[in-house]
Amino acid sequence: MMPLDRRRFLLAGTAAGATALLPACAGGTRAGGHVVVVGGGYGGATAAKYLRMWSQGRVQVTLVERNPTFVSCPISNLVIGGTKRMEDITVSYDGLRSKWGVRVIQDEVVAVDAAKRAISLKSGGTLAYDRLVLSPGIDFLWEQIPGLAGPEAQAAIPHAWKAGPQTVALRRQLEAMPDGGVFAISVPKAPYRCPPGPYERASVVATWCKRNKPKSKVLILDANDDVVSKKGLFVKAWEDLYKGMLEYRPGSEVKDVHVASRTAVLEFDKVKADVLNVIPPQRAGDIAARSGLKLVNNRWVEIDWLSMEAAGTPGVHVLGDAILPAPTMPKSGHMANQHAKLAAAAILELLAGRAPSPDPLVMNTCYSFVDDKSAIHVSSVHRYDPATKVVQPVKGAGGVSAARSEQEGRIALDWATNIWADMLA
Amino acid sequence: MTYRTALAALALLAAATGAGASDSERARNLAATCANCHGTNGSPAAGTAMDPLAGRDRSWTLNKLNGFKDGTQQATIMHQIVKGYSDEQLELIATYFAMQTAGGAR
Repeated sequence: MMPLDRRRFLLAGTAAGATALLPACAGGTRAGGHVVVVGGGYGGATAAKYLRMWSQGRVQVTLVERNPTFVSCPISNLVIGGTKRMEDITVSYDGLRSKWGVRVIQDEVVAVDAAKRAISLKSGGTLAYDRLVLSPGIDFLWEQIPGLAGPEAQAAIPHAWKAGPQTVALRRQLEAMPDGGVFAISVPKAPYRCPPGPYERASVVATWCKRNKPKSKVLILDANDDVVSKKGLFVKAWEDLYKGMLEYRPGSEVKDVHVASRTAVLEFDKVKADVLNVIPPQRAGDIAARSGLKLVNNRWVEIDWLSMEAAGTPGVHVLGDAILPAPTMPKSGHMANQHAKLAAAAILELLAGRAPSPDPLVMNTCYSFVDDKSAIHVSSVHRYDPATKVVQPVKGAGGVSAARSEQEGRIALDWATNIWADMLA
Repeated sequence: MTYRTALAALALLAAATGAGASDSERARNLAATCANCHGTNGSPAAGTAMDPLAGRDRSWTLNKLNGFKDGTQQATIMHQIVKGYSDEQLELIATYFAMQTAGGAR
């Protein structure tokens, strides 16, 4: 049966329907409230904007972000590969302030009191909330690579897995590498942020080396037994474009490093490099771990997929890379943006005393460059399944590129421009 | 009239009839899954080659989406994505975009 609301809604899409629906009154059913969003990345910035937009300004939103500007992880590999600059991947928070009326505070949240519904700021003071959104991204399990414990070691062996100064540091090391040097990148065991990211980085570094330091070598040390994402497309690109230059070693988990000699210590082997880019294993961002939220395997936040609310902690919604992923769901910026919209819709219902939508749907697209111009993609659609209470991949939907292409390279850059605007403009 | 007031009216209607999330909100939520690439409310950023969806006739969008689904419409990625949505969901999405103002008015 088609409910009255659906008939009216579908009718409203036609001109006649639209005139027939001149409203006698508007609004009034949506409650206000104050939502604090922690973290202004792909998840948090999107949540802040959509809460303001969908509540038509009724819900007050405060965004707490430690950095002065947004710097994107997606496309940051092109900065390392030398075809983009930091300013190309940096976007201001001014749009959220001026266009959407979000109160953006540059600060850090040091504690969450979920019982009192308040957070404490590093600069002092507290903020009360009706609903809290945590979009803290990832932090690293440094203890699994003991040699990287200190800040000097982390500067010398950059991860560049959070875009910003680390991205610049890795680019400088690549530029300073002698022709004939070895650029080694390590991939942690899945799950980690951006599954195809390490392979993209190795590919664009190889492109740059081919042109500028052709005697060099790019080595991928993968803790996994095989390429984690877009395998066929990456392997074909490596065969076609970087044969003899790029080497892939599966089952090569980095257990430790010797910083001074830039040596990666594997279980049975040691690998000396000129540039060593170790991407450590990861978990939910520190603030999630420090907020008393339930972490699965001490790493990821378990959430309710109807609202993105943390399991056992009402009023705290968690987005993005920090959550325990649903089956086949990647930790991607695109996905975090989709989590944010699911959460924003649910929060507005909850603030109004209603149940969130019972059938949410999210989808992912993820582009990776395999040289300075050509890209490949993976896509998926995930629908809420009442039986498992998790969003499950829709069978028959999604897939990967037929082949790498410059057309998809252009689409990848357009994707970035549009998603940055969808979050921040 | 703006689509916004229509949506507000529909939300009221849903609340009055005691329904759960109204179809206007379901449509809004579903259409928001397209915005990463096609822009907020279907208006892509200037200088990008993405198809604008805001203000398109419902039938135009549905034809295109159904073409992706049955393979008659060429695509790099849309043929994969569209298969994740039911026909009813695609109708809601196309209706939502038809009610938007091209160019991204609030």
